[in-house]
Amino acid sequence: MAEAYRIAIVGSGPAGLSAAARAAQLGIAHVLLEKTDHLSDTIFKYQKGKHVMATPSQLVLRSDLDFDAGKREAILEIWDRQAAETKINVRMHAEVKAIAGAKGDFTLTLTDGSVIKAEAVIMAIGTQGNPNLLRIPGGDLPHVQYQLDDPGEYVDEHITIIGSGDAGIENAVGLAQDPAQRNIVTILNRSADFSRAKDANVKGLFGMRDAGRLSVLTDTTPQKVEPGYLTLDTRDGETRIRCDRIIARMGSAAPRKFIESCGIEFTSEDREAFPKLSATFESTTAPGIYIIGALAGYPLIKHCMNQGYDVVEIINGNTTLKPADEPILEAKFKGLPRQRTVDEWLEFLRTNVEILNDLSPLQMREFMLDSDVRAYRIGETVFEKDDPGSSLFGIASGSVDVAGRVKIGRGSIFGEVGLISGRRRGATIRAAEDSILVEVSRTAALKLMASNPGAKRVVTRISTERQLLQMFGSGLTPDDLTEVTSTAKVESVSAGKAIINEGDDGCDIFVIRVGSMVVEKNIGGKPVFLSYLPAGSYVGEMAVIDGGKRTATVRAAIKSEVIRLDGEAFKRLLARKPDLLDKARKDMAQRQDLNAFVEAKKDSFSSVVDMYSSVANFLVEQGVGEATDVLLIDENLCVGCDNCEKACADSHEGLSRLDREAGRTYAHLHVPTSCRHCEHPHCMADCPPNAIHRGPDGEVFIDDTCIGCGNCQRNCPYGVIRMDKVPPKKPGLLSWFLFGKGPGPGEPSHEWAYANAEPGVEKPKKAIKCDMCSGIEGGPACVRACPTGAAIRVAPEAFLTVAKLDRGEG
Amino acid sequence: MATRGVRQLAVEGGSKHEGFLRYAGYRWLKIALLLSFTAILIYAFHDARPRPNGGSWYGYLLGTIGAGLILWLTMLGVRKRTMTPGRWSLKAWTSAHVYLGLSLIIVATLHTGFQFGWNVHTLAYVLMMLVILSGIYGIGVYSALPRVLSNNRGETTQMQMLDNLRQLDRQLHEAAQPLDQRHAEIVRMSLDDDPFGGGLIARLTGRYPKCGTRAAQAAIRAETGDRPAIGQDALERIDVLLERKEAALARVRQHLRLKALLEIWLYVHVPLTFALIAALFAHIFSVFFYW
Repeated sequence: MAEAYRIAIVGSGPAGLSAAARAAQLGIAHVLLEKTDHLSDTIFKYQKGKHVMATPSQLVLRSDLDFDAGKREAILEIWDRQAAETKINVRMHAEVKAIAGAKGDFTLTLTDGSVIKAEAVIMAIGTQGNPNLLRIPGGDLPHVQYQLDDPGEYVDEHITIIGSGDAGIENAVGLAQDPAQRNIVTILNRSADFSRAKDANVKGLFGMRDAGRLSVLTDTTPQKVEPGYLTLDTRDGETRIRCDRIIARMGSAAPRKFIESCGIEFTSEDREAFPKLSATFESTTAPGIYIIGALAGYPLIKHCMNQGYDVVEIINGNTTLKPADEPILEAKFKGLPRQRTVDEWLEFLRTNVEILNDLSPLQMREFMLDSDVRAYRIGETVFEKDDPGSSLFGIASGSVDVAGRVKIGRGSIFGEVGLISGRRRGATIRAAEDSILVEVSRTAALKLMASNPGAKRVVTRISTERQLLQMFGSGLTPDDLTEVTSTAKVESVSAGKAIINEGDDGCDIFVIRVGSMVVEKNIGGKPVFLSYLPAGSYVGEMAVIDGGKRTATVRAAIKSEVIRLDGEAFKRLLARKPDLLDKARKDMAQRQDLNAFVEAKKDSFSSVVDMYSSVANFLVEQGVGEATDVLLIDENLCVGCDNCEKACADSHEGLSRLDREAGRTYAHLHVPTSCRHCEHPHCMADCPPNAIHRGPDGEVFIDDTCIGCGNCQRNCPYGVIRMDKVPPKKPGLLSWFLFGKGPGPGEPSHEWAYANAEPGVEKPKKAIKCDMCSGIEGGPACVRACPTGAAIRVAPEAFLTVAKLDRGEG
Repeated sequence: MATRGVRQLAVEGGSKHEGFLRYAGYRWLKIALLLSFTAILIYAFHDARPRPNGGSWYGYLLGTIGAGLILWLTMLGVRKRTMTPGRWSLKAWTSAHVYLGLSLIIVATLHTGFQFGWNVHTLAYVLMMLVILSGIYGIGVYSALPRVLSNNRGETTQMQMLDNLRQLDRQLHEAAQPLDQRHAEIVRMSLDDDPFGGGLIARLTGRYPKCGTRAAQAAIRAETGDRPAIGQDALERIDVLLERKEAALARVRQHLRLKALLEIWLYVHVPLTFALIAALFAHIFSVFFYW
């Protein structure tokens, strides 16, 4: 005879445990099924002594069990004690194999063959059962593991952690904590920032890195595992590092097959999709089965515990219960015109804004905690051109008008440009009718894209479409591009890899989205530098138009991202749009002229061309490939007077933002330590107050909200950001000259600044970097103040021009 | 930014280095030449009685132009140090300073009417010529030395060079610990030496005849010269370190020498300019006072 209960709870994590506690409190017949021999396996498997956080802090805890931030052991102890106190009916070693039946009469079959009957089932099994596997050659070797139980176990090892989430960071920090273990710990992150992880964890990680205890490799993906070694694909090309152990913490996917076999459907085919749920956690396709916790799309402990409480109340018939975050959300929706409940608003936003479509109601709740929603009257300005701002907007109802030219309708997004490169708003946006818009902060948007593949796809698709429209212009509409954009694939290209090889067939077109490319042609057995293509340009159109073989090799100057467009589809687009064909032909003619020009020069001035190629390659190696504006010093002209540094200091509150002497030099061309205003600034990746922006002239600058944390300084690969206090004001030039007052032109010494500081006022150290003298008439002071003409600021594509060959310069 | 980078052959100017001498297609050279030739031409046809002198109308004109130029040329020093906003470029100022300064040779000489004597007028003239001569030296070193400076320092900064020296000193100090008194004294010769002492002459020539490091190395060589180098000897290690220190010193000294050569003339050029201005005012004042 099978045991029969009103509620069967599968999984004894924070969610299941909290649900069972509520059921016990309400006196409902229940059973808590746990497949291991202890409660809450996920937390049990945390590292020993791990500090468990209680985010989000604004959320109140509503559960019969206690929980607050603290050590893993303390939390488990409290739960074990309270589980016993509340008389929860737990069954250990009970792994559910199948769930059959319908609401009111479910049959759960366990792996040991026993059967349990229940009226309702709460699935709280989490996602940790199936970690995402390392799918690269050698990923199945025995030294690759997906779990770290005790970091104290390993000594004298080269350990690599793959994954940039909290788990990965905590493992890395744990392994490097005790220097006596002599582990050499490396953590890999395939992107530039740690947007998925908790702030405190990221800070801890960077602290350890700065102390030299571990190394952090960003923009890096693993390529191949061998015993003792790991091959990596980095921003600067392939490298091979020592590695005795790999700990892969790349997230996990729901044990999907089992869940689907219970009749529960998922929102999409994506590996990271979530089950379709009603607002009361009930599966829409298998009524009677309630899904809570990480499996439902929300991995934070507090949320899980609240859901456990809520779901039992709901099953018990409590229809007036509001989720614990209700008051926060209520406040957000208060100012909106129509009166709706929070759930209705969430559903309204989710169904109407395309990037939110794939979110579960629970994820929507979390998402809205970090976002804002506002109503705009017709004609009201959302933001002005050149406003700073990096948030993303979604249109839930109505439509907006871009600079009076283009209309963006319901469901779409705008403001996405700021997400990538932090450029200021490119156009003024006004509401074209009464509209309701969701404003998503940059961090929330990055989180959304990182955790929701559907949202990422939509943002990528819309930004691709807009980039193509902007590039090709010529009166195209999104509809014309549908065929081409449907073939678009975003590909990541590592530094030095070729996307087009000279002499190959193929006619795909590539749009450079991130990074930059160099075009080379093989002349007389040597690769000759033809041109430099920054982000925002396209290549490959020649083969489409004249159908020949590729005439040059195009390779990535730094790690880049390209959009590959199908050449055939593009051909058909050209056939339909004579204007576009015309424009493409013009671009092509220019490139052909260029090729012919270089080839002609090569015959007559071979050494000049070689020199030009090698200088170009030097600059590309110096990271000029991601610059938009770089300071270059001709050391044939520089007399070392440092007037550039003095001018910089005197134009910017007494602190110089450039170090003339430092930096690399090749053939008397010197790249000093000074900001090159990257296309995709590394400094922006992790700025807590979001104080780094891009100005209207392309300059990347830090505003007054800087908190002096130093993240940007650490993230800058070129070392151009310094942390310093603003020195006191100097006496004027004349009193210095006539009476020797003050330190004279240029940056005052620290001694002088200290001696003349305003007593009793402690000034904070803030991040200082070049702002291209924006707002100062006449432009960069360093260039204006150079007495000999040695210093210039240029866009790399303007400097790396073959026009130089004509003048016989290197 | 749509198709940034396509229009390569069309890119012109602004994106290349252009020295102060070549600024704007030698604009100021042309202006200076025009000024000089005009001055000579008028001088040739101007019939001053009893002889060409500073007191004729043409003499006054040249004198006024010359005095104005001298005062304006002096303003380069102010321009260089006042970082006001605006569309000015110090390179353009330098270019004009150089060529107009050179044209003063013609303008001022014609102004004298070739009348020289032992008086304040000729003093002002001589001072001016000295200022110009030091300036010509400046143009010379500004065009010749930068690349030498760049080659010598490679990619190291002055700070790094000095740090390197300090590090070598520390290593020497440690390596000298096992040595006996006499050998330790030899190492001290290098450690206690001020490697940049020797005054202006040493700085400008780059020759430091009393260099303690060289003396120390010679002494160590004299000790170890007749023994085979087996690599275990503490003195051999000292020898290697001294050798490295000498190489590092040579580089820093050359660096400092070049920087000194690039700057030394300003210590003549600028004070003489002030003397010139003083003499110029005396000259103008006396001319008008005794007139």
